Amino acid sequence: MICNADEGDPGAYMNRNEMESDPHMVIEGMIIGAYAIGANEGYIYIRAEYPLAIERLDRAISDARAYGLLGNNILGTDFSFDIHIARGAGAFVCGEETALIASMEGNTGRPRKRPPFPSQKGLWGKPTNINNVETWCNVASIIKNGADWFTRIGTEKSKGTKVFSLVGKVKRTGLVEVPLGTPVKTIVYDIGGGATDNKKVKAVQTGGPSGGCIPDSLFDTQVDYEHLADAGSIMGSGGIVVMDEDTCMVDTAKYFLEFAVEESCGKCTPCREGTYQMHRILEKITEGKGTNEDIVLLEKLANIIKLTALCRLGQTAPNPVLTTLRYFKDEYLAHVEDKRCPARVCRSLINYYIDPAACRGCTICSRNCPVEAIDGKPGYIHIIDQNKCIKCGTCMEVCNFSAIVKLSGESIDTPFAPIPINKGR
Amino acid sequence: MDRKNVSRIARKYNVYSGKLLGVLEDIQKEERYLSEETLKNVADVLDVPLTRVYSVATFYSFFNLVPVGKHIITVCMGTACHVKGAYRILEVLQDLLGVRPGETTKDGKFMPTTHDKKFTVSTARCFGACSMTPVVMIDGKIYGYVNAKNIPLILKEYGWGEKNEN
Repeated sequence: MICNADEGDPGAYMNRNEMESDPHMVIEGMIIGAYAIGANEGYIYIRAEYPLAIERLDRAISDARAYGLLGNNILGTDFSFDIHIARGAGAFVCGEETALIASMEGNTGRPRKRPPFPSQKGLWGKPTNINNVETWCNVASIIKNGADWFTRIGTEKSKGTKVFSLVGKVKRTGLVEVPLGTPVKTIVYDIGGGATDNKKVKAVQTGGPSGGCIPDSLFDTQVDYEHLADAGSIMGSGGIVVMDEDTCMVDTAKYFLEFAVEESCGKCTPCREGTYQMHRILEKITEGKGTNEDIVLLEKLANIIKLTALCRLGQTAPNPVLTTLRYFKDEYLAHVEDKRCPARVCRSLINYYIDPAACRGCTICSRNCPVEAIDGKPGYIHIIDQNKCIKCGTCMEVCNFSAIVKLSGESIDTPFAPIPINKGR
Repeated sequence: MDRKNVSRIARKYNVYSGKLLGVLEDIQKEERYLSEETLKNVADVLDVPLTRVYSVATFYSFFNLVPVGKHIITVCMGTACHVKGAYRILEVLQDLLGVRPGETTKDGKFMPTTHDKKFTVSTARCFGACSMTPVVMIDGKIYGYVNAKNIPLILKEYGWGEKNEN
């Protein structure tokens, strides 16, 4: 029996919290599970990025052994069960069950075709039950309070509660546990308090690199397995990343594809080559070199990879692209047709200017500019040389008078050379 | 690491599942990277082909096959950090430390080290500290809410900007 604690989903950390704050909850669930199916060997496969969780689980397992809750003849019965920790080493794909098993056997974490499923042929060829940390955590309270208690919570098809990691551009970040079926807007606005800095929330991204983006127009969507799938996303492990008007959806799609390219194990061609090509197209678009044909090709590739990749990592890797194309096509078109990034994120499509009306001639921007692209002297309006500017944004970070503006597809009038600031204004 | 010490570490593992990765991680904890000699000795002691040890060491991003600096700075590139500007954090760090962007080491991993061997910069996919983004980790310690202004102050805690001791 294996507990999958390889929480590789970026932006989600429910499992880390469960293991660090109550490791016995996981262990108790596993013991009950092992008793139910007659397993004697248990493993927790945990990622190396969580050293504290490893330390606490290790301690909890030793304590459980000392109390006679793990080991031979538990509580004087003829039931014996022990748990060992197996550590991952930084590979997202190892969250996939067959890759996880390969990794535990001392191999590279590459998935294989299913069937046979792990329950038929798993670790060292033996039948293996494999479940996530949160699943095991639910077991003890369900046994204690009864199945009716658990199934009363949630919706017709999605029962119980789910812990979500609510992060990104939202006021109150953190972990929240809600009944399944809770609308997105309740989570984002009532619990999360909406966007930071009086911005407007544009979308939420659920399910990590395998999931998709849900636009604010669909925030009545209930967060459960069926409704998220209808919206083109997935629940995944439970990450909810909030995005506001300053988040570029094309850049977001590119980010996830870059992730897929780096984390692809390389075994099957659709994932290894396909995600690489998709990433290249997205790079082209964010650089302002994309064409309408590129968008068509991108969508075509996405659908092919979805149908032909070997494991879920590959099959779901196009989801971030497909959902952003579905809900934010206008942003793709702005990049391609107008060479404009509406969220002002994609560097090739933005320009920094110094607002002559706001500049105080303090020279802090020109002193900090890494490429000496800013012309000016004390008491003079400063000017950015657009040919030299590398668009790093340093000037905007250091300016104390909010005089730097970032624009895409527009410009403002600036003097040709530094001129004295009109003190009388 | 010599055979004797590899055996010492290997003895801690009484089950085969998770043994190879565990042993490599423990060695890296002590020696900070895995040398060619170490990989050969691991193959020998655990009685697995060297090709397998090498493929595992290169497949998983956690392992370093080249020596690293005194302090390892890891920038989180998870989704929550990404939307809060993790790329800019990486850029600021590279600027301050003078390591070239996109530079990869011999083992094909992104791990540039400064010339004085004081700092190595690397990236990771999420430490699970997503409520305080953007996040960097230095030698296992997590720093949240980092920005271009507070990074130099954090680096100073680790002797950045000081003259080299030797």
